[in-house]
Amino acid sequence: MSKHTFRIWRGDSSSGEFVTYRTEVDEGMVVLDVLHRIQSEQAGDMALRWNCKAGKCGSCGMEVNGKPRLACMTRMNTYSDQEVITVQPMRTFPVIKDLVCDVSWNYEQNKKINPFRPSSAQSDGRYIMSQEDVDRVQEFRKCIECYLCQDVCHVLRDHKRQDVFVGPRFMIRAAGLEMHPLDTEDRIGMIRDELGSGYCNITRCCTDVCPENITITDNGIIPLKERVADRYYDPVIWLTTKISSAIKTTLKN
Amino acid sequence: MSIDINEIETFDHDVVVIGAGGAGLRAAIECSAQSLNTGMICKSLLGKAHTVMAEGGAAASLGHTDDRDNWKVHFRDTMRGGKFLNQWRMAELHARHAADRVRELEEWGAVFDRTADGYINQRPFGGHRYPRLAHTGDRTGLEMIRTLQDHGIHQGIHIHQECTALKLLKDDARISGVFGYWRETGRFVLFRTKAVIMSTGGAGKCWRVTSNSWEYTGDGMEMAYMAGAELIDMEFAQFHPTGMIWPLSVRGILVTEGVRGEGGVLQNSDGDRFMFNYTPERFKEETADSPEEAQKWLDGDTSARRPPELLTRDVVAKAILNEVEEGRGSEHGGAYLDIASRRDPDYIKRKLPSMYHQFKELAEVDITKERMEVGPTLHYMMGGIAVDGETQMTSVPGLFACGECTGGMHGANRLGGNSLSDLLVFGWLSGLGAKEYISQLTRPLSIDSDDVELARHAAVAPLNREGGENPYVLHEELQSIMNDVNIVRTGAGLQRAIDAIEELKPKLDNIYAVGSSQYNPGWNQALSMRPMMIVAEAVARSALIREESRGAHTRLDFEGEREEWGNINIVVRNAEDGSMEVEQFTRDVPPEHLAEIAYSNLDDLEGGIHV
Repeated sequence: MSKHTFRIWRGDSSSGEFVTYRTEVDEGMVVLDVLHRIQSEQAGDMALRWNCKAGKCGSCGMEVNGKPRLACMTRMNTYSDQEVITVQPMRTFPVIKDLVCDVSWNYEQNKKINPFRPSSAQSDGRYIMSQEDVDRVQEFRKCIECYLCQDVCHVLRDHKRQDVFVGPRFMIRAAGLEMHPLDTEDRIGMIRDELGSGYCNITRCCTDVCPENITITDNGIIPLKERVADRYYDPVIWLTTKISSAIKTTLKN
Repeated sequence: MSIDINEIETFDHDVVVIGAGGAGLRAAIECSAQSLNTGMICKSLLGKAHTVMAEGGAAASLGHTDDRDNWKVHFRDTMRGGKFLNQWRMAELHARHAADRVRELEEWGAVFDRTADGYINQRPFGGHRYPRLAHTGDRTGLEMIRTLQDHGIHQGIHIHQECTALKLLKDDARISGVFGYWRETGRFVLFRTKAVIMSTGGAGKCWRVTSNSWEYTGDGMEMAYMAGAELIDMEFAQFHPTGMIWPLSVRGILVTEGVRGEGGVLQNSDGDRFMFNYTPERFKEETADSPEEAQKWLDGDTSARRPPELLTRDVVAKAILNEVEEGRGSEHGGAYLDIASRRDPDYIKRKLPSMYHQFKELAEVDITKERMEVGPTLHYMMGGIAVDGETQMTSVPGLFACGECTGGMHGANRLGGNSLSDLLVFGWLSGLGAKEYISQLTRPLSIDSDDVELARHAAVAPLNREGGENPYVLHEELQSIMNDVNIVRTGAGLQRAIDAIEELKPKLDNIYAVGSSQYNPGWNQALSMRPMMIVAEAVARSALIREESRGAHTRLDFEGEREEWGNINIVVRNAEDGSMEVEQFTRDVPPEHLAEIAYSNLDDLEGGIHV
């Protein structure tokens, strides 16, 4: 057992400040445990989100010493006793109160994505897919929607382009549908125009913070960008389209 | 000071689903498909409900890994697992429809693990005769809730996130509304509705060591109880045999039964595989009696019997407890769970990735190299709101229930994997039931403003006091009391718990929350205390009455199953004077065709009776 110092952001959308708390930390504790201890002993109304406490639900995303983390999976023994631990809400989203921010924008983005449209089943109602073919979508489907990737994406965080880019979480959601062996929907146009695939410039910050270790950029976003490029920017297709439209114009004239 | 209810934000729906886990989502999807204007109240953010934590899989007799499986074997396993206290019709409906409901998820985009020939793969689990659990690694619940969520958001359902329901409102006997508050602002909200489907999950937070999160405070059970519905089988609370036990801060977090399904074995401090010593008479014929036979089973020999680690959860939990009590526990007072010596590291990481991750991150244990330490954790409520098996409606007209908050389906003990299939089947059926009920309503319903005012007044009381009981401390007191209502019980201990709960009640009337109503966990905790106390009292009172040991209910002073109790379910209801009334209820005679299946031996069943 040891004493630690925490600086926790307390406030709401109008104003706020860091408040210092000193508390005991027991062996094996994670940051979320300490926040709960502070809540029950010193700050009964301190707002934070959590559910499963096992890295499976993605509720407790926040910034610990400047890094986007799940509080439930951040062990206290990774910090020294002397280190002051600073905890604040994810900064990309508007704050509601204390460590809780308004993530409703994310739920709106999900609705933009055309839903799954399966091919028809076999006559007995069953579908056949091989494990090899589902492996790569299963990687994307591990996402627990903690939005740490959204928090760290500089298109959203620094450039505030929520109006044109849905962020890494929904790029891999789209990838999970596009690469689903049974899916028949065509989302390539939507991925370019409504999801804003062109805005990602592959800095891989999202991949670095993903608690599920999903290779968001390389396995998800880049293949989607390639599909978009193949459709709209492939020189052969581009030339063919141009020539055929030129011929059509000539014939009409 | 009273307020005009017209000043409270109000929504109008045909049906309101309270709870947005798998059961609530499936119910809401069905309601919407039945052209009902559907509202769904979600206590957390959408997609965070406890379904997301389910690991092992959804039980359904798809017959992909063993074609001897069919609904009847599943039904028989479920009844035997429930020690024949399950409601016959519910267990039948569940077994009959589980396979179609799982297949339907594939049409909505779910990606389950595959067999070599490309069908949904199925994993062995405790109490299931054949490999039966459709799964996605060890994160099946996430796959299911995300599938339902991503499908559901395109079905026109009105989703009310971070909203807590506090009280059901009635027009005479019928459901007519729901009163609640927004977590973000603390403002109150009113839903006018013709029907309510309760799908609020369990009440694990009554206990200290639990796999449940803060949400599981028995709200739905309490709201239904206060509205006049009955709770059934409340003495049966399931302790999952394998929760994490070390470090202390993670105590209770679930370790999936899938570890044992994939070949993991339990060992005591002597390194003995002790489960061979605990096979109950009823299961001896179908359980391996030597490590050699168990190994053959793991190697795929279909003539070999299942290993004893895959006995039902009640049996395994009590076996671990017994080993600890007799001085053969693990370092921190549990048992060792070994998968490292049973499967190669790549296989473990592929089939149990989240267990690998969980132990590595939280306990600094590499499960591909070392043994895990595990012990029982309160996981699931078999008991809950009593419903009609056909319609899923309670005794309150317009009030339906599905999923964990419902009682009756699982009897005295639930088989692993049967909850994910339960929520699909009964979510679907409760949607159909609500549609049928609403279509027969003949007059408009109204809300009594006095009821709303009473509920509002009670809700703001903790904020208006100058001081009083700390809700966090009160919660800890309740959890301490429930140590007497644990995995093993005595009459004296249960009586002590009931008395202590009675003594706690006045404190509840003086509970105090600091701060404002805006996103205030202290106030939210204060409001969840009454539901937890009602559930705790119901469990303790029912457990005191049942003088036998059956399934998840173990009485040291009444060992073994007693024949006279095999025909009794216990129900509780809110009496006129506000006290809790407990009643023994003699079970219906089972339909002949179901009794024949349930009591048949496997050879007869597989030989094709009643095909």
